[in-house]
Amino acid sequence: MANAHHPAAPLGGSLVTPTTLLLAALVLVAAGILAVRFLFGLGAVTNISDGYTWGIWVVYDVVIGSAFACGGYTIALLVYILNKGEYHPMVRPALLASLFGYTLAGIGVIFDLGRYWNAWHIFWPGYAQINSVMFEVAVCISAYIIVMWIEFSPAFLEKFGKKELKKKLSKLLFVFIALGILLPSMHQSSLGSMLVVFGNQIHPLWQTILLPLLYLMTAVLIGFAIVIFEACLSSAGFKRPLEMHLLSKLSKLMIWVLAAYLAVRIGDLLVRGALVRMFEGSIEALMFWIEMGLFIAPLVILASSSARLNPSKLFIAASSLMLAGFLLRINSYLVGYEPPIGWHYFPSVPEILVSVGMIAFEVLGYIVLVRYLPILPGNVETTVAQIRK
Amino acid sequence: MSINRRDFLKGALAGVTLLAAAAPAEARPNNTMPAEAVGLLYDSTLCIGCKACVSACKDANNMPAEFSMDEHYWDSPLDISGKTLNIIKIYKEGTGENKDQEKDGFAFMKVSCLHCVDPSCVSVCPVSAMTKNPVNGIVGYDKEICIGCRYCVVACPFGVPRFQYDTPFPQISKCQLCRHRLAEGKYAACATVCPTGATLFGKVEDLHGEAKRRVALKAGEMSEFPRGNINTHDQSSHTAKAAAYLPKIYGEKEVGGTQMLKLAAVPFDKLGMPTLAEQSNASISETMQHTMYGGLIAPLAFLGALTYAAKRNVKEDEHEE
Repeated sequence: MANAHHPAAPLGGSLVTPTTLLLAALVLVAAGILAVRFLFGLGAVTNISDGYTWGIWVVYDVVIGSAFACGGYTIALLVYILNKGEYHPMVRPALLASLFGYTLAGIGVIFDLGRYWNAWHIFWPGYAQINSVMFEVAVCISAYIIVMWIEFSPAFLEKFGKKELKKKLSKLLFVFIALGILLPSMHQSSLGSMLVVFGNQIHPLWQTILLPLLYLMTAVLIGFAIVIFEACLSSAGFKRPLEMHLLSKLSKLMIWVLAAYLAVRIGDLLVRGALVRMFEGSIEALMFWIEMGLFIAPLVILASSSARLNPSKLFIAASSLMLAGFLLRINSYLVGYEPPIGWHYFPSVPEILVSVGMIAFEVLGYIVLVRYLPILPGNVETTVAQIRK
Repeated sequence: MSINRRDFLKGALAGVTLLAAAAPAEARPNNTMPAEAVGLLYDSTLCIGCKACVSACKDANNMPAEFSMDEHYWDSPLDISGKTLNIIKIYKEGTGENKDQEKDGFAFMKVSCLHCVDPSCVSVCPVSAMTKNPVNGIVGYDKEICIGCRYCVVACPFGVPRFQYDTPFPQISKCQLCRHRLAEGKYAACATVCPTGATLFGKVEDLHGEAKRRVALKAGEMSEFPRGNINTHDQSSHTAKAAAYLPKIYGEKEVGGTQMLKLAAVPFDKLGMPTLAEQSNASISETMQHTMYGGLIAPLAFLGALTYAAKRNVKEDEHEE
């Protein structure tokens, strides 16, 4: 049976490498910039204004950052809900990346909040305002971060030999797994819902009541893509063979979901009569073409089953899909957003460096933890043998 | 495993049924005007651009001066901002000679909060820092509650709430119709000092009646224009020739209506006022949100199905290990 996988094991190896040192340097630069932000205000380091008050610290660090952290969500959905146990070896690495992505998205929110010391108000009865989509996003993301740490705790418990506790937890784990599907379904769709209230301030190529569905479907798709992307990178970085049999099956599921997404997306544009807007000579129309091209490309690249066994094609398709999901979010939040007054926005260098520092922190943390904790599948030889079969 | 799948499908079906049952949740219509709603009537044709209202607003709200010139002699804001709640903007076309003419003319427009009947800022605020007074309808802000997320800044269709980017302890700035002065028996500072009655304070109902009266006037016809507070008549009215009003009361219908009404002789989009639908964005967003999450029925049903599936599949997983 496919569930008979090899237990995860720590990778070991040195933590101090040129890569980890570079990552640490990027994290330090971001920390320095953030110190300036907290001393002198958001305007001191960012290009945000009253026209574009949400810059990349919201749209990249939180909206896109959390979507890029959906690998754990998609894999858990496959393994535990759709009962596709063969993907079980992917659960822990995917969950770790998600845990980092979401925890950092949660921390990133604090950098952007003008009055961060009041942040707890959002959870406080009397202050909490349930009609606000942001209230729902904040509650679900926070709850999901806690749920993921619980889901992930068996890896720590194994490391520290707490067998009894691990056993007790594993009896209740299904509750957290279910919550771990519900919560991202809710907040990933709501990240799209947040835009509905902007009305005609969002270009018709993106403003639709179906935004929650589009955001949810692309979150699942990005989840697929990021798992393939990370598997390729960690196989190259840690010199481990790729689990091609799993990745190829996974990519097949991915392109079916992608086809469904494109049907919904284009169908919605047709029904609303907004599709013609793609032919107007505007930056919005151009960005729409690029976004759609990046969504359609993986469908073409991975159309044949032989292509799905080709690691470089898988990698390119996954990267294209991640970029597509990235652009959908950038386009709907920034490019397609037209403030009532003539403002412009492009992130400042320090602003970008903070986002880069967050990504560096994420990658660094991932490297440290897979070397230290039982996360990646152990007994690599058997995996190779399975591919040859 | 096949049994599993069938059971899962059954669970999923039950979930979908519950979802469908939750779906026809009442669509939330636009909120309605509070009975005692107060507001402003701004008449672009009466405005002479003296900016007494801008200055009085700064005094009444303890706002600092803002400089748009090299010499820092006097307050000279170009737009509302974290330091300015109210300004008068000017429209100019061609030679700019004739007042209240679209071609070769000029006109003024007051920019400040319109106090929507169904405000987006209140609907999106995650912490109730932005509130609508249920009696007088004033949209107020409490910085002690605010988290500084700026959802109100992005969501307002008029671009009204502004944020302070140059301080580590920022807050949102917006006109609150001098609600602190109402408590002292006074009214909005801008209307108090307006020499021509271009900015008039009072109950929205009465302001609306006055707006309709003006729109019906014939251009050039002599008429009385109240100043200050339309309800208390605390100031004498003045007599002037009526302008060629456009047959439009801005704020009557926009996003479900606003408590600030505007009259002009130059089209409102030329004066920087956006063209907006009658349905409020807040009602669309809240209807969507309540359809999905009303009573938490759908999420709980979904969670039930998920828990059921997860329990089955995690168990099987353990057996095999």
